[in-house]
Amino acid sequence: MNKIVSKEYFSENVIKFEVEAPLIARSRKAGHFVMVKVGAKGERIPLTIADADTSKGTITLVVQRMGVSSSKLAQLNEGDEITDLVGPLGQATHIENFGTVVCACGGVGTAPMLPIVAALKAAGNRVITVLAARTHNLIILEEQMKKNSDEVIVMTDDGSYGNKGLVTKGVEDVINREKVDMCVTIGPAVMMKFVSELTKKYEIPTVASLNTIMVDGTGMCGACRVSVGGRTKFVCVDGPEFDAHQVDFDEMLMRLGGYRDIEREEMERFTCKTDSKH
Amino acid sequence: MRNIKEERNEAWRADLRAQIKVKERMMAPRIHMPEQDAMERSHNNKEVNLGLTAEQAIVEARRCIDCPDPTCMKGCPVSIYIPGFIKQIETGNFLEAAKVLKETSALPAVCGRVCPQEKQCEAECIYVRSGKEPVAIGHLERFAADFERESGQISVPEVAPANGVKIAVVGSGPAGLSFAGDMAKLGYDVTVFEALHEIGGVLKYGIPEFRLPNNIVDVEIDNLRAMGVKFITNCIIGKTLTIDDLKEDGFKGVFVGSGAGLPRFMSIKGENLVGVMSSNEYLTRVNLMDAASDDSDTPVFLGKRVAVIGGGNTAMDSVRTAIRLGAERAMIVYRRSEEEMPARKEEIKHAKEEGIEFMNLRSPIEFIGNAQGRVTHMVLQVMELGEPDASGRRSPVEVPGETETIEVDEVIVSVGVSPNPLIPSTVGGLKISKWGTIEVNQDTMQSDIPMIFAGGDIVRGGATVILAMGDGRKAAANMHAWISN
Repeated sequence: MNKIVSKEYFSENVIKFEVEAPLIARSRKAGHFVMVKVGAKGERIPLTIADADTSKGTITLVVQRMGVSSSKLAQLNEGDEITDLVGPLGQATHIENFGTVVCACGGVGTAPMLPIVAALKAAGNRVITVLAARTHNLIILEEQMKKNSDEVIVMTDDGSYGNKGLVTKGVEDVINREKVDMCVTIGPAVMMKFVSELTKKYEIPTVASLNTIMVDGTGMCGACRVSVGGRTKFVCVDGPEFDAHQVDFDEMLMRLGGYRDIEREEMERFTCKTDSKH
Repeated sequence: MRNIKEERNEAWRADLRAQIKVKERMMAPRIHMPEQDAMERSHNNKEVNLGLTAEQAIVEARRCIDCPDPTCMKGCPVSIYIPGFIKQIETGNFLEAAKVLKETSALPAVCGRVCPQEKQCEAECIYVRSGKEPVAIGHLERFAADFERESGQISVPEVAPANGVKIAVVGSGPAGLSFAGDMAKLGYDVTVFEALHEIGGVLKYGIPEFRLPNNIVDVEIDNLRAMGVKFITNCIIGKTLTIDDLKEDGFKGVFVGSGAGLPRFMSIKGENLVGVMSSNEYLTRVNLMDAASDDSDTPVFLGKRVAVIGGGNTAMDSVRTAIRLGAERAMIVYRRSEEEMPARKEEIKHAKEEGIEFMNLRSPIEFIGNAQGRVTHMVLQVMELGEPDASGRRSPVEVPGETETIEVDEVIVSVGVSPNPLIPSTVGGLKISKWGTIEVNQDTMQSDIPMIFAGGDIVRGGATVILAMGDGRKAAANMHAWISN
């Protein structure tokens, strides 16, 4: 169950796993996610399904080493098993022919964007992907994005690769140049907030895939709740994708920071333990 | 099926009755359950109720007068053969008592602990009519189940020869487990599908260790495994596998016991502040994920001033958990008076002994936070009781202009649950009520899709463990009849 069949480093801290999960591979659609738990005392964390291969019965997960749980997952190797893996969860992305779609993604948000880009392209859209990261070696999946998009615009904060500037600059350049019918954004919450503010100004419908804190991922607890259009929604069952212009990103950012101190302490303890083993 | 009248006339039972006069039996006071000291237990997670000793159990069992028409059984949703097991305890035949219990209940150690006996079996005990305290049926049930478990000589109920018919169960909570046990006994090939990584539903994630230790639930689950029931965790029916997939795999019947896991919130200002959470989230973190332990990766807030909103058993479980995790002030905020609280009287009593503050006739109207978005205060509206509503309960009304502001750093919202839409919404064609529950024939628990039966909270909304188990039994009997035809 849940055996890792391949592990590939996109960068030092961003890792791609191909995991055996034939049932999930068969039933998942773009936009779906899984909950993952590593070890008996592990935490349940959400990860979007980046790809699936039904013939091999595998799904692809991309994990960025951030805290204890993602680090534990990142330490697993080919042949290891993920203790618990459940899905596919959430609502699938709504795909249709919108016309021209800008897909704005940043950092590890690029991985879950890939199946959406592919599905949008397959539905006949003109797809322009804006791929952003802090610096050159954090740009991932550029080739795959190129294969599935009409155009890929790369942005780095420090200008070490592609164009210099934030993701919003890339998006705005496209808007100034041609008619955009739709925007999809996945990345850090603060990035999605600014993409949303930008497209709101231009009145371009925008969907954001939210990455809130989750516990069960099945609608049981409400840890993942967000305000959308003034009403409380559960990201795990109502989302993860919502009309970005209706999302209260400030509240979401505040809730995401809720465990920051505990997370930092846990990470320090974890790093100490790991270091002392070597 | 047992013939209760005939069994009562068996020589050993008649002898037992002849040994002590009814009058004498009825004079004996009820044995009270030994408990951990309140101050001590409020700082540990060990069980509050310590269980009866063998001597105490025998003395209590003697109080049962072995009625010719045992009314107590009518009060039990799973119709446990109550005088049958109690008389075995009286003779000291504890293992046999446990066997009798397991004929009708898949989870006796659980029921003996969490059933509201005062509203069920014990409410129908003949003693109540004569103004005496009823026989402690729940404590005796717990005693027999615990004795068997601790003896290491656990009996596996008799199972009919395998009939090769595959049955699927959606959800491993009390409804699903009870259904699975009965179907296994009838010879079916039963597979239970569970969405979480642990078996047991609310018994694991909801009810805390100090009321129901997880290892006790596991022993009862192992007993089902020994009867041939298969369990598959991390599998969501409707998502990972559909009902059509199950049909294709040869499953002939499906029982949906997916519960009412969706927490309700109050939709008041500040409810999404950091530190405000549902009791489901709080209890799942602490019970299922063991978040309070150092070796668990799941974090949980350890609030110093904790308010729990609500007056049900889940609210009591949450507030008593908070005090065990080091809260200096742990408060129940309830909009009616204590009289109307839906929680068991025993739980309210235990909570009070442990130092829980009760703020009755108070209803939160706003939560206030600091710059980091963490909750710091709650504003409570003072209420008074008005006229009785349609259900006969006096409904709370606001006292105009009277509010209180109280410092809090953690708020747990425990105002009820709704049926989780995940299963109903993914099983095509199932008839759903306006409350989101699955509609079934109340006599058979069968839905309008003949192969699908349902029971427990997904049919009732938020109810009790034992009612869910009763539904599971009823569904099993009726699915068996439906398949046999």
